[in-house]
Amino acid sequence: MMAATPAAATPAAATPAAAPPATGAIGVPLARIEAREKVTGAARYAYEHQPDEVAYATAVPATIARGRISALDAAAAMEVPGVLAVLWHATAPRLQPVADGELAVLQSGRVAYRGQFVALVVAETLEAAREAERLVAIGYEPEEHDSLLREDHPGLYAPETVNPSFPAATSDGDVEAGLRAAAVAIDKTYRTPALHNNAMEPHATVALWDGDDLTCWDSNQGAPAHRATLAQVFGLDPARVRVISPHVGGGFGSKGSPRPQLVLAALAARVVARPVKLAVTRRQMWAVTGYRTPTIQRLRLGADAEGRLTAIAHDVVEQTSTVREFAEQTAVATRMMYAAPNRSTSHRLVALDVPTPSWMRAPGECPGMFALESAVDELAIAAGIDPIELRVRNEPEVDPHSGHRFSSRGLIACLREGAERFGWAGRDPAPGVRREGCRLVGTGVAASTYPVYRRGAQAFARAEPGGGFTVGVGAADIGTGARTALTQIAADALGAGVDEVRVELGDSALPRAPVAGGSAGTASWGTAVVKACRALRERLDGEHGGVVPPDGLRADADSEQDVADQEPMARHAFGAQFAEVKVDLDTGETEVSRLLGVFGVGRIVNPRTARSQLVGGMTMGMGMALLEESVLDPQFGDYVNHDLAGYHVACNADVRDIQAHWIDEEDPHLNPMGSKGIGEIGIVGTAAAIANAVHHATGIRVRELPIRLDDLLWAEAADGS
Amino acid sequence: MRPFAYEAAADADGAVAALARGTAAARYLGGGTNLVDLMRLGVEQPELLVDVTRLAHGAIEPLDGGGLRIGAEVRNSDCAADRAVRERFPVLAQALLAGASGQLRNLATTAGNLLQRTRCAYFQDVSKPCNKRAVGSGCPAIEGDHRNLAILGHSEACVATHPSDMAVALAALGARVVVRGPGGERTIAMPGLHRLPGDEPERDTVLEHGDLITAVEVPGLPWATRSRYRKVRDRASFAFAVVSVAAALDVDEAGGTVRDARLALGGVAHVPWRALAAEDALRGAPATRESFEAAAEAELAAAEPLRDNAFKVSLAHNLIVRTLLELAGA
Amino acid sequence: MQPVMTEIALTVNGREARLAVDTRTSLLDLLREHLDLAGAKKGCDHGQCGSCTVLVDGRRANACLALAVAHQGAEITTVEGLAGGEELHPLQQSFVDHDAFQCGYCTPGQLCSGVAALAEARAGWPSAVTADLAADAVALDAAEIRERMSGNICRCGAYPGIVAAVAEQAAR
Repeated sequence: MMAATPAAATPAAATPAAAPPATGAIGVPLARIEAREKVTGAARYAYEHQPDEVAYATAVPATIARGRISALDAAAAMEVPGVLAVLWHATAPRLQPVADGELAVLQSGRVAYRGQFVALVVAETLEAAREAERLVAIGYEPEEHDSLLREDHPGLYAPETVNPSFPAATSDGDVEAGLRAAAVAIDKTYRTPALHNNAMEPHATVALWDGDDLTCWDSNQGAPAHRATLAQVFGLDPARVRVISPHVGGGFGSKGSPRPQLVLAALAARVVARPVKLAVTRRQMWAVTGYRTPTIQRLRLGADAEGRLTAIAHDVVEQTSTVREFAEQTAVATRMMYAAPNRSTSHRLVALDVPTPSWMRAPGECPGMFALESAVDELAIAAGIDPIELRVRNEPEVDPHSGHRFSSRGLIACLREGAERFGWAGRDPAPGVRREGCRLVGTGVAASTYPVYRRGAQAFARAEPGGGFTVGVGAADIGTGARTALTQIAADALGAGVDEVRVELGDSALPRAPVAGGSAGTASWGTAVVKACRALRERLDGEHGGVVPPDGLRADADSEQDVADQEPMARHAFGAQFAEVKVDLDTGETEVSRLLGVFGVGRIVNPRTARSQLVGGMTMGMGMALLEESVLDPQFGDYVNHDLAGYHVACNADVRDIQAHWIDEEDPHLNPMGSKGIGEIGIVGTAAAIANAVHHATGIRVRELPIRLDDLLWAEAADGS
Repeated sequence: MRPFAYEAAADADGAVAALARGTAAARYLGGGTNLVDLMRLGVEQPELLVDVTRLAHGAIEPLDGGGLRIGAEVRNSDCAADRAVRERFPVLAQALLAGASGQLRNLATTAGNLLQRTRCAYFQDVSKPCNKRAVGSGCPAIEGDHRNLAILGHSEACVATHPSDMAVALAALGARVVVRGPGGERTIAMPGLHRLPGDEPERDTVLEHGDLITAVEVPGLPWATRSRYRKVRDRASFAFAVVSVAAALDVDEAGGTVRDARLALGGVAHVPWRALAAEDALRGAPATRESFEAAAEAELAAAEPLRDNAFKVSLAHNLIVRTLLELAGA
Repeated sequence: MQPVMTEIALTVNGREARLAVDTRTSLLDLLREHLDLAGAKKGCDHGQCGSCTVLVDGRRANACLALAVAHQGAEITTVEGLAGGEELHPLQQSFVDHDAFQCGYCTPGQLCSGVAALAEARAGWPSAVTADLAADAVALDAAEIRERMSGNICRCGAYPGIVAAVAEQAAR
């Protein structure tokens, strides 16, 4: 099997050609390397590092949505026994300018959104810090705020680009003409609410200064990137800063960039000249750790009588803050999903008095594909064509947007295999006709996609004199299984057993590597790891006759050029999501009785952790469909249901039969592993599949998420019973 | 959280005396699942906690006539698992099991469950106005997020709901709450423990400061073996009710006529809402869908939904009918 | 106002701990910040996620809502106390085998909750999905396990593995 791996065909020409002996480490369902630490409680997360003399900080949130701090009285807080300092903009040390204004903490009296951190308390104990936090008296000069997104907002504008650097608008052909020529057309508006990542581990930092050397144990998706920002903020040589993050309790995008607590902890530690620990509270996470913007999306689709698209138009309205522009790329997936002669997409933003939205699992694809795949279902119904068949008929030969050929495109294979596994054949398309006791039953399908990104990284591989290998890369394992997958990748490249390889990650002292984001971790880190391992193997075998020198042997690699040199192509993962729902006629309660996804994601490095990732994404997608919504209260400008009792993420009882499968997909144009990212695609399309199934069950088309019992209470069985 | 003194009382009189030594902010501490949370939120700021979990009120004992006396300290999980509760009052066991999570039920006590406070988001956020928490500050829920707040019995001052499931079952069963206060012992009949908000939303119950619940007595009701609790929520488990129904039905097997019925609603009002109008409509009526619908309509005629929660009226209606139909068919 | 400090003694994972605690200190913070037992996790600090679940006198409880001072004499078991030395508790091994976690942050709470849920079922405790409340014994099928484990939120979505792991132990 190894001889046929895509690695041999990778365009990374700089990679040593010597093929290692096959070990079969890739593709094996290895248990997580750190499993034992995690089940015994030995795995230490950021806040759990306890340097001597550590002090406790808590952050004080603003209680207005816009305005200025007019006065701050810290006297009562300072009188709390054990309080070491109260910091605010008038007393906090100055920081260096930084691109992300959210990190300019305590630098001005300006309040840009409710919940923004405006002061910090440091105390000997957590109890004292919390009590003092309550006693910090802040006077405000409030200004009228504007926090509610609406499609007719006068402040809407077109951003220059959308995340990360796509054009905000595209237009090919003549959409209006295409719609006029269509035999069937739909024009519908879909809405998704603000959603919060809510990783189980709240963002936390323990900061320790030793002279001008700063060490932070921090919960993040990439220690090297966090170190770079910290160094910049404090005006330090990056070599003097170290960020350590061996275990991270989830991120889902919200830990991809530094959050205020990282800077605040370091700031406070400098002021009190002691190590300081600071965690964002769960409730504070609704304001200061990012979220998915609400979206309002108009979809116009036209098709001929055979269901071939004549026009696709996807126009998005979403929000950003006044602190920093974040433009979610909601319509970008629509640019390459289906063939149509006339296509347009656009994004418009309004800067509101709200926290800055940011990355949340599959930013862009996730909300955008809810709208597109709901609309495609509506079009299929209007055209009287099976929704799978309609998608097959609109399969493009090349990427309609770039004109590049696809490195691989498994959409149809996923739809076909999913239909087979799910039992789609013979489905009666009529809505509202299947009864099971007091419940209506329906099924739905939606397509899924996510781009294949890869970034340059550095890594080392070292043969240890005592035997075995150490591989180092500044990667992050936020629960993805990166430590395990990289161990397999390294073992494979070294021709060694997985138990001979130790992977070090989660530390900025390791070779620089990009964050765990964009589903690009394994591809990016793995490329560098393979390169380092092959170089080591070659030197070990070529120069040392396979015998490890007394001091060991190390090889370093940098994949920057390999990534830059890769051939321009359309590289995407695809998938198909199938849902079966049961909707109670009396109560509108919806049960997702079955959820099945089939994905074309290249070569699977570890089927055990891969399945968990895909199922986890689908579970979050189910939550998006039925449960999750951050409710903005325009009176106060904040998300009012800011806790885990008010914001429902799926609990165990919500998840019934949920399956993730994949097709065999060999793609030689990706990376030495032949893998595509799997962290995000699982959430893409799930909500549409469920909404489509709800329509099939009830005849009710819900275009605004989440689908609540409120929406379905009016369902009636079509047979009148 | 303010520093506070902690005292573990040895018996009820000792607890009452200990609390009397504190200020109006002093509180009895049961399982703490709501009180400690409210202290962390800054909603409650006691300077004294009197722990009442070791007063020997931890038993469930039979009463004459088939009733049960449930000690105030009995943990929700123990009450739900109790054989007599399960057999005589399934609606109570089901209500307890539908509440919170296994680990919370292990902490939560009978008395604490009754006295838990609304989960209205504005009440819990001390940075916002709330008439219940800060008298006279206003009720932003009326204009704000109130999808899951009251449809019955609310006032201009407060539209909060009572969060307990257990209390809904107890209201349906006509339980009596035994209270020890500075003036001695007295009994309060459910649903009379809780009160509607009116213009005093800060008062959840008719209890006075210092009153200590020592037990809940559930009177015998032989036909309560045919009872059930049905809770609709936004998530499949571990969520507060959107609407719930506690119901017991006594049907004359021969004639198919309702001899008697007990019905209460949760998630709809500031109190566990005993549906007396519906019960009146049911008594003597045929045990049919039509009767059940008429009973639901009789009860919900008084509903005054807010801007975003009219669906709760339909939901309550459907849930009443469905639950009664299930009981009639059982 | 000065903090109120109280001497307490309790047993944690079989060892007696005797110390002065601030009355405000939660059992969770006592474990994490004072006893260097960071296994129990702080996910929400409001009883809404279950990450802090430990066993108190053998029963599962949210340590974040429990005041340390109210646990004089209690026997506490945290995730660190489940394994017998080097040998994992059988449920820990099942979690590993079924990949019942990803990030691992909710895992200690899931494990303590799972151990207790198995004991509750053995004791015949019903759940919200138990059809026959009067039955003496309850069989832990998937629906029962899902309901009984719903007090532990897992954002990674490892629920199917968690259910499989608990089911494996229920079948033993």
